[in-house]
Amino acid sequence: MSKTAIRVDNLGKKYNIGLPVVKYQTLRDKISEGFSRREKIADSYIWALRNVSFEVNEGQALGVIGRNGAGKSTLLKILSRVTEPTEGVVEIRGRVGSLLEVGTGFHPELTGRENIFLNGAILGMRREEIQGKFDEIVDFAEVEKFIDTPVKRYSSGMYLRLAFAVAAHLEPEILVVDEVLAVGDAEFQKKCLGKMSDVAQQGRTVLFVSHNMSAVLRLTNETLVIDHGQLLMRGPTQEAVDFYLSQGLTQEGQKIWREDEIAEAAKPFKPVAIRVLDKQGVVADTVRSIEPFTIEIEYELQKPLKGLRVGIYLLTTRGEYIFTSFDTDDVEQYEANTVRPAGRYFSRCEIPANLLNEGRYVIGMNASTYLIKRYFQDDQALLFNVDPAGAPGMQWVETRLGTVRPALKWKIESYESGDMQHGKK
Amino acid sequence: MSSMNEPRTIVIKPSTGWAALNLKDLWNYRELIYFFTWRDLKVRYKQTLLGASWAILQPVLTMVVFSVFFGGLAKVPSDGVPYPIFSYTALLPWTLFSKALQDASRSLVSSANIISKVYFPRLILPLSSTLAGLVDFLIAFTVLLLMMVFYGIHPTANLWLLPLLILLALVTAIGVSLWLSALNVMYRDVGHMLPFLSQFWMYITPIAYSSSIVPEKWRFIYALNPMTGVVEGFRWSLLGTGEGPGITLLISSCIAVLITISGLFYFRRMERKFADLV
Repeated sequence: MSKTAIRVDNLGKKYNIGLPVVKYQTLRDKISEGFSRREKIADSYIWALRNVSFEVNEGQALGVIGRNGAGKSTLLKILSRVTEPTEGVVEIRGRVGSLLEVGTGFHPELTGRENIFLNGAILGMRREEIQGKFDEIVDFAEVEKFIDTPVKRYSSGMYLRLAFAVAAHLEPEILVVDEVLAVGDAEFQKKCLGKMSDVAQQGRTVLFVSHNMSAVLRLTNETLVIDHGQLLMRGPTQEAVDFYLSQGLTQEGQKIWREDEIAEAAKPFKPVAIRVLDKQGVVADTVRSIEPFTIEIEYELQKPLKGLRVGIYLLTTRGEYIFTSFDTDDVEQYEANTVRPAGRYFSRCEIPANLLNEGRYVIGMNASTYLIKRYFQDDQALLFNVDPAGAPGMQWVETRLGTVRPALKWKIESYESGDMQHGKK
Repeated sequence: MSSMNEPRTIVIKPSTGWAALNLKDLWNYRELIYFFTWRDLKVRYKQTLLGASWAILQPVLTMVVFSVFFGGLAKVPSDGVPYPIFSYTALLPWTLFSKALQDASRSLVSSANIISKVYFPRLILPLSSTLAGLVDFLIAFTVLLLMMVFYGIHPTANLWLLPLLILLALVTAIGVSLWLSALNVMYRDVGHMLPFLSQFWMYITPIAYSSSIVPEKWRFIYALNPMTGVVEGFRWSLLGTGEGPGITLLISSCIAVLITISGLFYFRRMERKFADLV
């Protein structure tokens, strides 16, 4: 019954390294590198995607997960025809609309009304189509009053709502979504999620790419796991998410300091690395809210040090401090470590389960002796994600406000109706 | 309309060699040409004091300077018509051409954020930039009509050629900017080169002077510049000077078509890399 909406066969995309970084060349570069060109071409490319094959049926909602640089965005870019594959074939039945391009082509000088038409046309809508949906779009974006105001006078929230509204009303046969949920306030994110589950329920095909495991779990039933440009597995979303979180695919959760990042003044303290370890002790850039995890600092002392304390700051990505903690906070630890001899050390801090809400967090690191000397400090040593899958309250499709997500005990007591007074049973 | 509602099957695969032109795709997206042109027009004179008068001021002020220095002081011969109208008739198609050339050649780079996020036939960008210049041209044209009344010059029966000449100027501009816009994605040198190219090109086109001062033996090489045919044609058709469409115009047209066709293929060949490079 159900037809294939997307068929991807042996897809590959090769990028020349250097080019995306250098951005553009000038003729002079080209001339000056003239002689060395041949060997440069031979070894300066990477496969952002290779040997990827899968099919998506019409009406299916498929998730795509993988860490940064795994090839997810490249896959989306190929599917939405922004860039061409190097090898392989993709067959797509129907129009592809993607929510990775909200607000693309919005012109600040044009009014909301004008931008709706322009943006709609860029996304591939016909004029009659935009006219037909105009009121609906304005309604959804809640910008009726400002529809004839240039969008450069809009607040960022209004701008975003309008941009999303146009994209969401494209009604393509295939909808591709990439991390739109990372932007906007909680209210807006809720709206986006709602719109997406509508789309899925209308029998359209949805491809959902995200770092947010809980959103993937809510919106899709099957998921692809991509790593290093390869398709690692395809399975029911719950299995795929478990696989992803348990396989240590999230190996970015580690920072190794280079020599040039360590100032001369840090001596004799020499930081080596800081890591986030999940419950299994594997380095991970994503940990689960319902599991404990460990932050590990590895360092060397070239000379014995007296009164040293090594610790962490935990911050939100907006820079708000959540807590500060040192390895010798505990009095017993403090007394046992008054002088640390030269050698290699690990200071590990266990973060309990059910502490952090879903989101992205920053770890800062500090090594100092109180009031005497700060040997080393890195305010943004490491970033990691907390995934709420399985946390309390996940039966509702919403983003919980706040940085902590404790599992709290509630009691619900029932009273006889009409007799609301305490103690008058 | 209905073709949009039925799912079309799109096949995405690496294009090999010289990509086919895929004009069908361009046709499917024809409304976007209109919308981009409309956007360029809407935005061009926003937050300016003089607004659309700029379309008139640019050629008129150039005409005044030319008339004072070339016409008045240097006494450059102007084929028997007053020098101001002689130069303004040439400046009209020239302004259209050079504006289109500059805007269209930069169109891909200035729309980098759209190119790297959404698919549409990239040809639309230089095309619509070129078309947006046409409105400025029409505004500036009204000044010519006033000048013709002022100098008592009646339009000749040769007026039929005018639309074709405008087309030739546009085709030349598109052809050259297909090459330059695609090159600009890779080599930003193009952006620095454009003002020079435009200035240089103006000197080898008979704008401030008449092509009759060019020696006979150089005429063939001189006609290789498509804008020579356009400017001579404009004068012949509006003012009745010079000779009618002849070998010069033929050569100019052939060159313009050649540049455009080669430009189209080059552009299509480079198109697949735009999103990765821009």
